[in-house]
Amino acid sequence: MNQPIQTPAPSTLAAVMEMDGQEVSFTPGETIYEVSQRMGRQVPTLCYDDRLDPFGGCRLCVVEVEGLRNPVASCTTKATPGMKVHTKTPTLERHRKTLLELVVSENPKATIDPLRGSASQELVQLRTRYGVTGERFAGHHSGQSRTDDANPFILRDYDQCISCYRCVRVCAEQEGDYAISVRGRGFETKITTEFDGLLQDSACTFCGQCVQTCPTGALADRKAMRAQADPEPIAATRSVCPYCGVGCSVDLLSKGDKLVGIRPARDGGANLGALCVKGQFAFDFVQHEDRLRTPLVRGDDGTLRPASWDEALDRAAAGFAKALHDHGRHSTYAIASGRAPHESAYAIQKLIRATSGTNYVDNCSRA
Amino acid sequence: MSNPLADMEKPDVIFAIGTNMTECHPVAATRLKKALRRGATMIVADPRRIPLAEIADIYLPLRVGTDVALLLGMAHVIEREGLCDRAFIEARTEDAEAFFEHVRQFTPEWAETICGVPAADIERAALLYGRAERGAIYYTLGITEHICGVDNVQSLCNLALMTGNIGREGTGINPMRGQNNIQGAGDAGGLPNNFPGFLPVTDPDNARRFSELYGREIEPVKGITKVRALELAAEGKLHAMIIAGENTLVSDPDRAHCQHALENLDHLVVIDIFLTETAELADVVLPASAWAETDGVFTNTERRIQRVRAAVPAQGQAKPEWWIVAQIGQRMGAPGFEWHSAQDVFDELCSVSPIYAGVDWEKAGTGKYHWPVPEQGHPGTPRLHEDEFPSPSGKGKFMRVGYRDPAEVVSEQFPVWLTTGRRLQHYHTRTMTGRAGMHFFVPQEVLEVHPDDVARWGLTDGGKCRMVGSRGAVELRVEATDRSPRGTVFCSFSFGDVPVNVLTGAGYDPVTETAELKVCPVRLEPV
Repeated sequence: MNQPIQTPAPSTLAAVMEMDGQEVSFTPGETIYEVSQRMGRQVPTLCYDDRLDPFGGCRLCVVEVEGLRNPVASCTTKATPGMKVHTKTPTLERHRKTLLELVVSENPKATIDPLRGSASQELVQLRTRYGVTGERFAGHHSGQSRTDDANPFILRDYDQCISCYRCVRVCAEQEGDYAISVRGRGFETKITTEFDGLLQDSACTFCGQCVQTCPTGALADRKAMRAQADPEPIAATRSVCPYCGVGCSVDLLSKGDKLVGIRPARDGGANLGALCVKGQFAFDFVQHEDRLRTPLVRGDDGTLRPASWDEALDRAAAGFAKALHDHGRHSTYAIASGRAPHESAYAIQKLIRATSGTNYVDNCSRA
Repeated sequence: MSNPLADMEKPDVIFAIGTNMTECHPVAATRLKKALRRGATMIVADPRRIPLAEIADIYLPLRVGTDVALLLGMAHVIEREGLCDRAFIEARTEDAEAFFEHVRQFTPEWAETICGVPAADIERAALLYGRAERGAIYYTLGITEHICGVDNVQSLCNLALMTGNIGREGTGINPMRGQNNIQGAGDAGGLPNNFPGFLPVTDPDNARRFSELYGREIEPVKGITKVRALELAAEGKLHAMIIAGENTLVSDPDRAHCQHALENLDHLVVIDIFLTETAELADVVLPASAWAETDGVFTNTERRIQRVRAAVPAQGQAKPEWWIVAQIGQRMGAPGFEWHSAQDVFDELCSVSPIYAGVDWEKAGTGKYHWPVPEQGHPGTPRLHEDEFPSPSGKGKFMRVGYRDPAEVVSEQFPVWLTTGRRLQHYHTRTMTGRAGMHFFVPQEVLEVHPDDVARWGLTDGGKCRMVGSRGAVELRVEATDRSPRGTVFCSFSFGDVPVNVLTGAGYDPVTETAELKVCPVRLEPV
């Protein structure tokens, strides 16, 4: 701004700008992009993840600021009092389309399976929104898939990579692992690990955060992709991870009756979108062939045999009733699970207290 | 935890002791790393050079089981240097003077002779924590799984009370709970000393109330812990047991004793999702619906109450555990087991538990409530002890704790300390992770041995060794690594073919009866 700025009272300094002709207040430190999100503007971006430091790499989020000659990246420009911003002008849209043409020229796939990751549809959606085919700048291509990295969890399909660095940044800023990095420039840009090796030989912990933030599906959830060919629609059910006590919120992805994948919940109070290798990938046990599918009772020959629920429950109850009858109330005991939900522990402590009148119950926290 | 997980990003000094957080609570560890990135300083105390130690500003490699000595040395320095928060001590604590008198005898030089950490490092750590504006303590089973687990925790409380690092944002005493719903199992009353909501069973009013609620007179007498129950079972004095979702035989110490105890029962019922080693001993095995198949509630380590939801149908005839237990109750003629849904059970829990009185099934579904939530309309309590402590006087009491050796110490016959724990990719006895592809990372158990010790005991890196203790022996592969200090080795208890619990189990904390799983003298022999 080239006009002299009068010093306004602190209260007015704190807060008002104009966006597309509409007055809007903001918190000092807020970026133009953050304000636009609050205002429901559809400013496109590919390198933005609200958990990460602003990067300004993809330039799609450019906006016009009155008084400035060139458009600025809204994700790295802070809102200032009196600023007048335009988020959608024909010039901006033309500019954005050109940038997308460049990006898409390297990413031939027009569809990406949503099972690849949480953010995997971002490029595909922008491509549709701007009607971009990728033919305009066809030719050179950067990024080469690491087909040699056969780990069963993370697909490294770098042919789809657009060098937005979200994976590198999430690994450093969100996970604090610094396992992946960028090598080379321009068409030679490569996302790589130390010594350009396999993920399992690097500092990677397979938390899957890079997969979930990748906007093109270049990094993808191989476990979920096993169900790509299943015809049913993907359903997401909000739940909590079954592993440690942190209590990360997750969305369980299912197709029909099949559990096909896990996604960290960005609005999960305990994890804010983070997960670890167990929470992200260790879910196959649920539908494993080893699951107990029928009650078992020990037969006269001393081995366990399948039984009906009625028989097994009668046997279970009778054994407790007999112990109480023969040996008195201090003869039965229950151990509640630290893995099952509250309802299990509540029911089992009530069972002991209501049938024996003792407090002979514990859980697995002592060992 | 006294403080919410979000507070982990806010301390200026972090003191992590007995917690391998990047492996056991990885997502919580990401928040500590953010605090470090923001400029916080971290002290890590652990016998092993765990990943957290690599990013610490001060690393205190103490000998296993000597936490009390280290913490007394730190308390000594804080007192000597006048770093106590006098106003906090005056307003919110009791027995401070007696405690200060007590710690004056425990110099860092004395602590060094026991814990092996150089006195100068103990000084540095104490000064750092003592001067913190916001000092936060994090611990896990490395503190509690000792015969002096309670003393360890009280030693940490003393540090927080001295410095006023409790009851405020970014501070606190924060145990990281191990299992997904171990907090909830206690909340729901799965304890011998407490009814749901941690109401003491010995309070006659509580006993009367629950007797009325449950339609059976309940004695106002503490029950026995699982440890004692297994002893009684082994002696033939306990006759029927029901175990829900725990692979006791592999996870608990002293496997031979545990197996004898379970086999000695007249009647063992196991509810599980797999035919575990424990279930194989049962008279009746009842198949439970698994996570992702079951509606219910978990409470996490920060006391946050959250719903889990069924996404897929249960396998085969598997049923929710509450239904299974209710069926047994009904068949035993007990009243009050006529529930129709998980919601019925949870809402009953809320109606009897004062800390859940202000939540219900719907509110649990928001995932926003930290207990205690004492009444409807209450927003929950993310941060504990802001105004008072849960003691009769409302004040925090300094405890004069003394050091004692572990139940068993190294000797000529067993000259090496074994400490046990967990690895990132596996969970407990691998009933779940062993069936989820995690063998890609860790296909078998290894014993982590310092390279000098590998040579000293005639072992080879990658070769097999026999680890012998006073209760048994196991064979496993050796990995030479300086993650283990000289004289101490480590392995997990995750693999059934390396049942390390045949070795552990020398002693128990006298108050909590928690097993000393972190210390076990052994000797190593090449195979």
